[in-house]
Amino acid sequence: MNTSIMVLIVMTMVGLIFGIILAYANKKFAVEVNPLIHIVEDILPKGQCGACGYAGCQAYAEAVVLNPDVPPTLCIPGKKPVANMVGELTGKVAPEMEPRVAHVRCSGGHSKAIKNYKYQGIEDCVAASLLQGGPKGCQHGCLGFGTCVKNCPFDAMSMSEEGLPIIDDKKCTGCGKCETVCPKHVMQMVPIGAPVTVNCNSKDKGAVARKLCTVSCIGCGICSKNCPHGAVKVENSLAIVDSSICLEKCTDPTCTAKCPTGAIVPAIGVASITESKKEIAANTN
Amino acid sequence: MEQYFTIFISAVVVNNFVLTRFLGLCIFFGVSKNLNASIGMGMAVTSVMTLSSMLAWIVHHFVLVTFHLQFLTTAVFVLLIASFVQLLEMIIKKQAPALYNMWGIYLLLIATNCVVLGVPLINADSGYSFSLSVVHAIGSGLGFALAIVLMASLREKLRLADVPKSLQGLGIAFILAGMLALAFLGFSGMIAL
Repeated sequence: MNTSIMVLIVMTMVGLIFGIILAYANKKFAVEVNPLIHIVEDILPKGQCGACGYAGCQAYAEAVVLNPDVPPTLCIPGKKPVANMVGELTGKVAPEMEPRVAHVRCSGGHSKAIKNYKYQGIEDCVAASLLQGGPKGCQHGCLGFGTCVKNCPFDAMSMSEEGLPIIDDKKCTGCGKCETVCPKHVMQMVPIGAPVTVNCNSKDKGAVARKLCTVSCIGCGICSKNCPHGAVKVENSLAIVDSSICLEKCTDPTCTAKCPTGAIVPAIGVASITESKKEIAANTN
Repeated sequence: MEQYFTIFISAVVVNNFVLTRFLGLCIFFGVSKNLNASIGMGMAVTSVMTLSSMLAWIVHHFVLVTFHLQFLTTAVFVLLIASFVQLLEMIIKKQAPALYNMWGIYLLLIATNCVVLGVPLINADSGYSFSLSVVHAIGSGLGFALAIVLMASLREKLRLADVPKSLQGLGIAFILAGMLALAFLGFSGMIAL
């Protein structure tokens, strides 16, 4: 027989047999997947940040669809719009959510804070903090090796010249990943639109804090005395602001003007925050 | 017996698929960023390779040789492996969901990989018997697993090293692979087939 006809027959047969086997297997081994899982997964932001407590967006989608006890609000980056949509799809009620944004509780960059020694090891905050608590004199301040920047799943962070992380309000979803990885607990999640923030994490006594960093909170309590709504407290020589009170009552922050070291400041980029607040409101409606 | 052992050792170290023959480099660089993933990939490649070379041997021996169509070997094997991996994926997905979660993504990467195609082709070219083909496939798979696990451990350490900016990422990985290949060159000539 002619070889080319032979080739044609053999290739066709081989292809056909494999095709039939595959088609049969496709029916025989078909796995039933709830189509809702894919729809929910598509809505989630796909940052795979794990802020929900599950291994990733797919794992959360599976859990929220299949398990009636899993609330639809666990996706923090998705904020309210996602929670509402997930709740609607899964037939669960989404309770109120407070949108948050990351905030750096340190402003003592290279020029402001003193250093105990020169660190030449692995470029990582956790590694640096193992060595006498890190090179920075202040034991509570940002080490500036950018562990939070490397771990940000949404690419919302960068390091400034001064060696402090800068947060892009537009990209930050408030997932809290940076809060978990920071060995000094410098990162904190604050409600979007909080009028004032404390840019210091130092729990040292005033004199010590002052010596180590020129912009530290010395715990003098002036801010606390000047706040008419009682939103600012001083604990362990560190001012703490209750942003929920500020958001509710404060119209003209007096605390920031009176601070002798400038540790308590009006939130940066307030304009962009109000914008994003409006965006969220628009999305919700 | 001696022949089996020789072929096995030769496939694992002397003629290591990645470091001596330079096959399967895309998965070698793609999945060697972390150790756990590389172990999963190594196991997946080993099992797929063994099963597909069994199947390939049967098809080659009973179809292609019978009809004197050996020149079609490559084309038929490509078809065979691609559909076999698909089939395997379906079966695993149904029968062993835990294994699927671990291997699922790697299986599809293997479907069109040259290293999996290479083993049945070499088996067919060298005229190995069925059992020799299986031993050769297992050896090649383990050799691949060895190479990728070594590479992954090195790259995990590398993440903490101070690499010059221009070489970061794939650049330094290629240099590293070259050094590993040099080291494996030490095995060459140990076994003459």
